[in-house]
Amino acid sequence: MRFENAKRKESLMIINHPILGPRDAQEFVYLGDASLMHRPDGMTAGIAEFHDYLYQRTNPAGLHRELWYHEQGDRSWLVVTRDTVTHEITSVELARDVARREGRSR
Amino acid sequence: MRYSGFRVIAEALTGHKGWKPMWRDPAPQAAYDYIIVGGGGHGLATAYYLAKEFKQARIAVLEKGWLGGGNVGRNTTIIRSNYLLDGNEPFYEFSLKLWEGLEQDFNYNAMVSQRGIINLIHTDAQRDAFTRRANAMTLHGADAQMLTRDQVRTLYPFLNFDNARFPIKGAIGQKRGGTVRHDAVAWGYARGADMRGVDLIQNCEVTGMRIENGRILGVETSRGFIGAKKVGVAVAGSSSRVMAHAGMRLPIESHVLQAFVSEGLKPLINGVMTFGAGHFYVSQSDKGGLVFGGDIDGYNSYAQRGNLPVIEDVAEGGMALMPMLGRARLLRAWGGVMDMSMDGSPIIDKTHVEGLYFNGGWCYGGFKATPASGWCFAHLLARDEPHPTATAYRFDRFLKGLMIDEKGQGATPNLH
Repeated sequence: MRFENAKRKESLMIINHPILGPRDAQEFVYLGDASLMHRPDGMTAGIAEFHDYLYQRTNPAGLHRELWYHEQGDRSWLVVTRDTVTHEITSVELARDVARREGRSR
Repeated sequence: MRYSGFRVIAEALTGHKGWKPMWRDPAPQAAYDYIIVGGGGHGLATAYYLAKEFKQARIAVLEKGWLGGGNVGRNTTIIRSNYLLDGNEPFYEFSLKLWEGLEQDFNYNAMVSQRGIINLIHTDAQRDAFTRRANAMTLHGADAQMLTRDQVRTLYPFLNFDNARFPIKGAIGQKRGGTVRHDAVAWGYARGADMRGVDLIQNCEVTGMRIENGRILGVETSRGFIGAKKVGVAVAGSSSRVMAHAGMRLPIESHVLQAFVSEGLKPLINGVMTFGAGHFYVSQSDKGGLVFGGDIDGYNSYAQRGNLPVIEDVAEGGMALMPMLGRARLLRAWGGVMDMSMDGSPIIDKTHVEGLYFNGGWCYGGFKATPASGWCFAHLLARDEPHPTATAYRFDRFLKGLMIDEKGQGATPNLH
């Protein structure tokens, strides 16, 4: 029998906010996959595309890019990259910065 | 070999030398008619009913670890059929009726204890909502009772009735609800399936699916390729990981649910009680430990453990309800992986791949569904048509606007 728990690295959920520094995850509200940032254009996208955006998820066991809202802090949205198996957080960015990098205005 | 009181006595008189292993440990054959992926409660129940009720043969259950080592191996043991919506209630009531006959049916002591369940009421609006639910339950052939404050006090006099924030004004009850010994369910179904020729294959993880021209030919596993005419996947918790082998994404997020057991106490809580407003529910096992829990943690997780904020929340909920709980020690805490779906309700359906079927999305409520899930999935596999109580559990309900959303929370899995 393999003792997986003994080998797994276990991580606390401390989110290193780009401006405010390390914060407890309790200060945040979790939304879900960061793909939610990319809502299809309501005027041009079809039902199938909207259905996939709203209802289908990759739901990986491993690195996951996800949206956290700092409700009890500066009320910013963050894109957090976190391993869903170990809870280790490998990167935290302001969602605003991610959006601008993709060429959006906000 | 049939289990019975006579058997116990006979064995006792002859040195207990006649007991046999409960199931075989066969090597996988090259091919089967049916492969069930997932040796948990639902997978084993499916194999059992496929063999017993639907008279199918050449069936294998493939389990990546050991039988019943997943969510059926550790949960809060509750059975009930107190759902509101038409898409749900007939299914859960079907399941409760199956629970009532299960031990005799599969000849195994699963400690099915219909000790009753109550959900507490704190406001007039809540009483109206719960009365509506009681009526919906009754209309679908289940039993429901509305309890007054005094009736709740007779059952549990030690509750914090005059809590300023959540005064207890009554409850909705289901006398036929209760608890079941969860491991025994897996073992009973496993033994019953094995007895009827099902191969139970452990340490056999599905690592791929062989699909050609839109039809499944079989599964790649850690023990080699195994062919099949039909493959039914029942791995709630790991649904996305396994269905990814078929190139599918699902309307599911995996979330952690924690649950807890206290040290053994003298008989205190005779039934199951939920304090929904405080996100706390509790029962007492026959060994004396209080078995309780609350909400999911809220973030995607496959870690099989949660974090301290929820432990604090659950403890707060328990203390608000029964302040004397503070003197008990917490003995055991664990986390499992839940298939949180986009409307809080399950999926039992075919897929776009011919011969590939899916059973999952059970959120945190899969245990009570075990018998009906097994029966309905077996029905779908054997007859290619959904069972009458499960016709609404389709993938395309999200596309068609036919969601079964008990809480009315919409497309946010962690709110269900």
